[in-house]
Amino acid sequence: MAYSDKVIDHYSNPRNVGTLDKSKKNVGTGLVGAPECGDVMRLQIEVDEATNTITDAKFKTFGCGSAIASSSLATEWLKGKTVDEALAIDNMEIVEELALPPVKIHCSVLAEDAIKSAINDYRVKNGLPELEMAKSHH
Amino acid sequence: MLKLPIYLDNNATTPLDPRVLEAMMPYLTEVFGNAASRNHPFGWAAEEAVDYAREQIAGLINCDPKEIIFTSGATESDNLGIKGVFEMYAQKGNHIITATTEHKAVLDTCKHIEKLGGRVTYLPVNAEGLISLEELEAAMTPETILVTIMYGNNETGTIQPIREIAAIAHKHGALFMTDGTQAVGKIPVDVLADGIDLMAFTAHKMYGPKGVGALYVRRKNPRVKVTAQMDGGGHERGMRSGTLNVPGIVGLGKACELAKQEMAADTARLSAMRDRLERELLTLEESYVNGSVEHRLPHVANISFKYVEGEGLMMGVKDLAVSSGSACTSASLEPSYVLKALGLSDDLAHSSLRFGLSRFTTDEQIDYAINHVKEAVTKLREMSPLWEMFKEGIDLNSIEWAEH
Repeated sequence: MAYSDKVIDHYSNPRNVGTLDKSKKNVGTGLVGAPECGDVMRLQIEVDEATNTITDAKFKTFGCGSAIASSSLATEWLKGKTVDEALAIDNMEIVEELALPPVKIHCSVLAEDAIKSAINDYRVKNGLPELEMAKSHH
Repeated sequence: MLKLPIYLDNNATTPLDPRVLEAMMPYLTEVFGNAASRNHPFGWAAEEAVDYAREQIAGLINCDPKEIIFTSGATESDNLGIKGVFEMYAQKGNHIITATTEHKAVLDTCKHIEKLGGRVTYLPVNAEGLISLEELEAAMTPETILVTIMYGNNETGTIQPIREIAAIAHKHGALFMTDGTQAVGKIPVDVLADGIDLMAFTAHKMYGPKGVGALYVRRKNPRVKVTAQMDGGGHERGMRSGTLNVPGIVGLGKACELAKQEMAADTARLSAMRDRLERELLTLEESYVNGSVEHRLPHVANISFKYVEGEGLMMGVKDLAVSSGSACTSASLEPSYVLKALGLSDDLAHSSLRFGLSRFTTDEQIDYAINHVKEAVTKLREMSPLWEMFKEGIDLNSIEWAEH
């Protein structure tokens, strides 16, 4: 199977690989997937509480090239967005941007789950009610 | 200058040896006759070439040339052997014994046999991929007509104790068949000494052409017969109809002749290269050999690099053509059933790479592969949340992973 140029680019030069301090109140962490399924994503956001804007995003992913690219792209998109805007990111936008084939759609779903899970973690830490995960394709 | 990418997927298929191609060329051009044409020189020339190939093959596996039935490849040979015995020996019984790590050509054929009312026992394997002789013995019944266990495994290279298995099958009056696809041409396979009654093998795993293989069917002590699975002109002593693929058969014959001549030298060179590759890659933390180290084909290494996913790793080693036990692209997302049968956890099976060396692999290529894999594993681990957790001393089993 051939990968798209964008997947190869994100895989070869992943953006925002790393770790944020999860003990900080304004950092939300999402850990989704499972090792036995062959992909695990950890996505973190740092939020400026005054403006409700995501100032930094980091990821680490265990998975195939499409999973790595999906999470790398997600961190790029998250930076500068408000939390509400981030919540609106749909997995199909990732599919389109990276030209993922049907067998790799689950990678984009996982990235969307990771975003929502990170936001939830941030919300819970800050005394806000947990949002229901709208989508679960698993 | 090293040419990239480097082909290290020789368990999938091998390149054609130029000497094999040279032997085949006349039969792709001027010597085009049908080996079954008995009444003119075109047919005679083709038949002569086929008979010579039978001798070359017989010389490699120590059988009578008449015991070779040509087919389209190992999958067909596996089908013909298993289904053919099941039909031919229906009077005697309907039980077949095989193992969970067999190739799909055997497993799916056995599934088909079950649909036809046969009974199949799938023996488990130990952590090295070996079946237990005690379990085999215990599974034998008066209805057992066939034991079919592969010689060497395609994913791990693990070699089964063929002689002992054959002896147990015979003691209980059953036939013994082996899928010799990965072993024939690579290690000494002697159907007489090994006690093999039927054996499937193919040309393209030993530097021959694709689309041609053979089923060895023993003619005496005992005389084995299989029911044809294709109706037609009654070629190959009535067991496999269809005009013979003369150029392919000539190629298979030549490949066998070369294998016999060069096996000792190839084995020494390949196992030294394989061992070096393996030794170097095992210097990476948390990397493990899959399958038996002791009972193994000389050219195969299957290694898991924990906390790195195999498909992602294959993308990272883009200059190498290898394969992985991960199956992220398949609909099921199930990792290799062979590695799972060895008791590997799913995540370790997902983290595996298979290296298959060939007669044409060079030391320079192995050097490159070692560095390339080391770099890719290191880079991906820096990106892996599981590696980070492992380094922090977090037990991954203690985490409640999301349903996925």
